[in-house]
Amino acid sequence: MNNSIENNQSTPVQNQTQGEDIVEVDGAAGRLDTGEPIIRFEKVVKKFGDVTVLDELDFDVRKGEKVTIIGPSGSGKSTVLRILMTLENINEGVIYVTGRPLWHEEKNGELVAAGEEHLRDMRKEMGMVFQQFNLFPHMTVRRNVTEAPVQVLKLSKEEANERADTYLELVGLSDQADKFPSQLSGGQQQRVAIARALAMRPNIMLFDEPTSSLDPELVGEVLNVIQRLAEEHDLTMLLVTHEMQFAKQISDRVCFFDKGKIVEQGTPDEVLTNPQEPRTQEFLKSFIEQH
Amino acid sequence: MLFGIEWDTSSNWAFAVSIFPILLKGLVVTLQATVVGFFVAMVLGLILAGLKSARLAIISWPAKFITEFIRDTPLLVQLFFLYYVLPEHGIVLPAFLTGALALGVQYSAYLSEVYRAGIESIPRGQTEASRALDLPPVRTFGFVILPQAIPRIIPAMGNYLVSIMKDVPVLSVVTVLEMLNVAKIIGDRTFNYLIPISMVGAIYLILTIAASYGVRYLDTHLPKRGIPLR
Repeated sequence: MNNSIENNQSTPVQNQTQGEDIVEVDGAAGRLDTGEPIIRFEKVVKKFGDVTVLDELDFDVRKGEKVTIIGPSGSGKSTVLRILMTLENINEGVIYVTGRPLWHEEKNGELVAAGEEHLRDMRKEMGMVFQQFNLFPHMTVRRNVTEAPVQVLKLSKEEANERADTYLELVGLSDQADKFPSQLSGGQQQRVAIARALAMRPNIMLFDEPTSSLDPELVGEVLNVIQRLAEEHDLTMLLVTHEMQFAKQISDRVCFFDKGKIVEQGTPDEVLTNPQEPRTQEFLKSFIEQH
Repeated sequence: MLFGIEWDTSSNWAFAVSIFPILLKGLVVTLQATVVGFFVAMVLGLILAGLKSARLAIISWPAKFITEFIRDTPLLVQLFFLYYVLPEHGIVLPAFLTGALALGVQYSAYLSEVYRAGIESIPRGQTEASRALDLPPVRTFGFVILPQAIPRIIPAMGNYLVSIMKDVPVLSVVTVLEMLNVAKIIGDRTFNYLIPISMVGAIYLILTIAASYGVRYLDTHLPKRGIPLR
């Protein structure tokens, strides 16, 4: 995976502005375009105490787009996903998901902080896969996958089981349904977590460093599942990862985050092979040295 | 004679043997007060723990204050309050209920801390995953957090169960005929306190040792990952 990135080291900075032009990048993706982005961040500010994690971030994702977010730790890339999943609130700005404000509700023509009811409604659009899997350790694989469809979508037990079978087959774990998470390998656990998120039939899937806590030999099986999802399903996908080669394969667009802002974005080739911004180049260079 | 059972004062051994069934009657009351008190403590403690973890300070603060107040005042004061003050306001409870209630209130403060520690020991990722799946908070608490927390808190709860049992003699001051009170009455009537009170101590010792073995057994045999849900 290093070859392609090494190439760019000998490539001098050519055009500083090119990477910032989102519209052109989107055109290249050639996916169905409804005009409206499915996700839109408008001047979003997120602070943890005195630390500004997202700094007036503007960020759009179109329906069906596969976007990878890379960047150094502390750059706010995971925070983007956590905010979308409503696990973290924002300090300023507005986020729209499927055209509706995520953290706000409209009341008397004004945007006010959203209530739990609205958040619950918005969450149905999204599913999330965590770095630490976060499976329910006391539930069988099947129960992990069926719990939310039964409780939230009010499916019957039979319907939920059928759905679990479908998605467990998709991640290649049909034969593990009656085991508990602790009886599975890390890679298998993460695949269950993917099936669990998919069983809610979200329109948007958020992957927060899904392979970062896996042993190297188990990374491949999880990436294969994600790749199949990207290729065969019309899901909008946001992926935070350190797997550069993988990002290259599945992404329509790669965004390089640093200090709470998008420093550079474009097609995988543009950002990973031919980065224009010095900070991107530096990051990729130090990344290669580490791996 | 007590509870219709005569004692035999012809020798120390005969005396000990003859009062044993009387003490057992007292033991039954002791165990009843323990169970009722513990049940009250479990329910009240869970409510307190829930209130204390509320995000709104207007809810959590009074709960924290109540916990602190209960923990920092003697059981006897609370008992007297319930037994002597409440009837002045028209609330008259039988001595046994008053006593069990006082024990339950006292220990609810301790158990609320046990619950809180158990709940906080569950990784945050569990709540986050539940939220991501849109599970309602009540469902998350009841079916994700509690089943994992319960095996972790049971050993600590067991220890408090033993503590409650050892605090039951306090109820003798409000005339509850628990084991120690029974022993004292036997002493009053026979002028022999040594044997009945020693026997109460011995019975307590046996019960406590047995209970701590039980707690240790539970500790090693409970499902570490939580109550399984299939």
